[in-house]
Amino acid sequence: MSLQKDLAPTTGDEVIQNYTINFGPQHPAAHGVLRLVMELDGEIIERLDPHIGLLHRGTEKLIEHKTYLQALPYFDRLDYASPLAMEHSYVLAIEKLLNLEVPLRAQYLRVLFAEMTRISNHLLNLAHHALDVGAMTPGLWLYEAREDCMTFFERASGARMHTAWFRPGGVHQDVPLKLLTDIGDWLDDRLPRLFEDGMALVVDNRIFKQRNVDIAFVSKEDAIKWGFSGPMIRGAGIPWDIRKSQPYDVYAKMEFDVPVGTRGDCYDRFMVRVEEVRQSIRIMKQCLAQMPEGPVCSDDRKIVPPKRAEMKASMEALIHHFKLYTEGFHVPEGAVYVATESPKGEFGVYLVSDGSNKPYRCKIRPTAFSHLQAMDFMSKGHMLADTTAIIGALDIVFGECDR
Amino acid sequence: MSSPAPLIATPKGTVAALKKALGKDLLAIEEAHGEIACHVKTDKLVGVMMQLRDTCDYQQLMEIAGVDWPDRDPRFEVVYCLLSLTKNHRIRVHVTTNEDVPVPSVTEIWPVAGWLEREVFDMYGVTFAGNDDLRRILTDYGFVGHPQRKDFPLTGYVELRYSEEEKRVKYEAVELAQDFRSFDFMSPWEGADYVLPGDEKGVSK
Repeated sequence: MSLQKDLAPTTGDEVIQNYTINFGPQHPAAHGVLRLVMELDGEIIERLDPHIGLLHRGTEKLIEHKTYLQALPYFDRLDYASPLAMEHSYVLAIEKLLNLEVPLRAQYLRVLFAEMTRISNHLLNLAHHALDVGAMTPGLWLYEAREDCMTFFERASGARMHTAWFRPGGVHQDVPLKLLTDIGDWLDDRLPRLFEDGMALVVDNRIFKQRNVDIAFVSKEDAIKWGFSGPMIRGAGIPWDIRKSQPYDVYAKMEFDVPVGTRGDCYDRFMVRVEEVRQSIRIMKQCLAQMPEGPVCSDDRKIVPPKRAEMKASMEALIHHFKLYTEGFHVPEGAVYVATESPKGEFGVYLVSDGSNKPYRCKIRPTAFSHLQAMDFMSKGHMLADTTAIIGALDIVFGECDR
Repeated sequence: MSSPAPLIATPKGTVAALKKALGKDLLAIEEAHGEIACHVKTDKLVGVMMQLRDTCDYQQLMEIAGVDWPDRDPRFEVVYCLLSLTKNHRIRVHVTTNEDVPVPSVTEIWPVAGWLEREVFDMYGVTFAGNDDLRRILTDYGFVGHPQRKDFPLTGYVELRYSEEEKRVKYEAVELAQDFRSFDFMSPWEGADYVLPGDEKGVSK
């Protein structure tokens, strides 16, 4: 008995010191290369310092050395869970500087595929959030549906992930009718079936709720102060969605609801994403119903390269093609900040042009940067095991956070 | 506006209201591409931001971007992107600084500025007075230099590899197999302002 007492440091008047542990950078629940330095009091988190930048590739610097079109594929490699949403901000920023008109069909196609990206991103996040707190099965359903999204991306652009399909002026290639009808069938039957099945396993599950409800509560004031956006700010109860308030492409014509949370905890953020998938299905169905025929890219030959068939017949097309793929197009001097509603929140591009063929400065505003920063105050006083639920509900991807 | 970019409708009188609210601290205000940019005095930044948040309702700080203009004096520009959730409007606030003059930190107003300022410091070497956690954020532990500066080479100065002999990761000076070449492909008929290789004689005349 006395021996035991001597060994236990918590007894008597002894003051126990907090200890610091290192979480990551290689950890399956960190969703990438995240290193957390945690100061713990027993199992309670006292202080948490995220170290990021382990995936920093100098994207912004590289973009300054590329022409506008050459810089586009870098955006796929930012948030590799939602590549098309990343391209969206960039092409819109270029179009804003050029004041370039985009054909209606291209705008519909962009919205259609941006929403499919949102679905595939949320499926990944919901699956992993559930997996991180111990529910393995939903992932099996959701990954099935995510694989379908990948197949659709491949059928539209030729690549499953790094599509480089959105281009300044429209989209790169038109999609065949069969692809649109297949997407329609998928939205009607397969996706809701897989998704609702997977979700039915967790949303009312007692264990899942115990791990998420009242974890990492964020008030409206905190959400504003810490620069939250997307599902994080909506989870805190603020109905803010850039697709609604500052519509781009054809979002102004779409009817959809913006889900908001009531308590601002991890469970609310999870449920906001669940509902957003359903709303995205609604938007995609409207796109398919309304999409007109017509060109899929602007016909401004000083910006959009001609098709190969055209080059075989026209000397001028050949010259345009050569010039646009070597020199590229020039963008008039100026600066714009364009932000779109990416699946993870506000993804912005601050683009400065000096009138040449390369961006003078392209600052990327990642969503994860502000969310991850807030993790310190969100996890204070929570248990070590809650960290995974909090990271899961943040929805971070390090390609985007570290650039 | 015919481009499909996010629609930001500037309410009438916004520019006048901003001018009134910022008063003498406002150096210039410009409206281009449907966006408002306020150039303000660097040392008055905190007061300006307080005004913008409390009286002009720009509640959220979304982004801080640094820009390097080597030919200008002062050299660096720091751009703050603000968002008003209630007015559904965005503005930008620009300040200028150079290597020795710190920019007042806005972490007291928006805690999110902490990391955003750290990033500008890391990338440009701009310091922020009042930010007590100004560590590097994106670059490697022990990194030297500020990579987003225009005079920092794209290839960097050091590279690292795993040394099989020493069984550890080693940092070495960058060695390029061929010289770094940067083509700008600018059309010589449309204002390329450099001498074409082989055309030196024509210029000296």
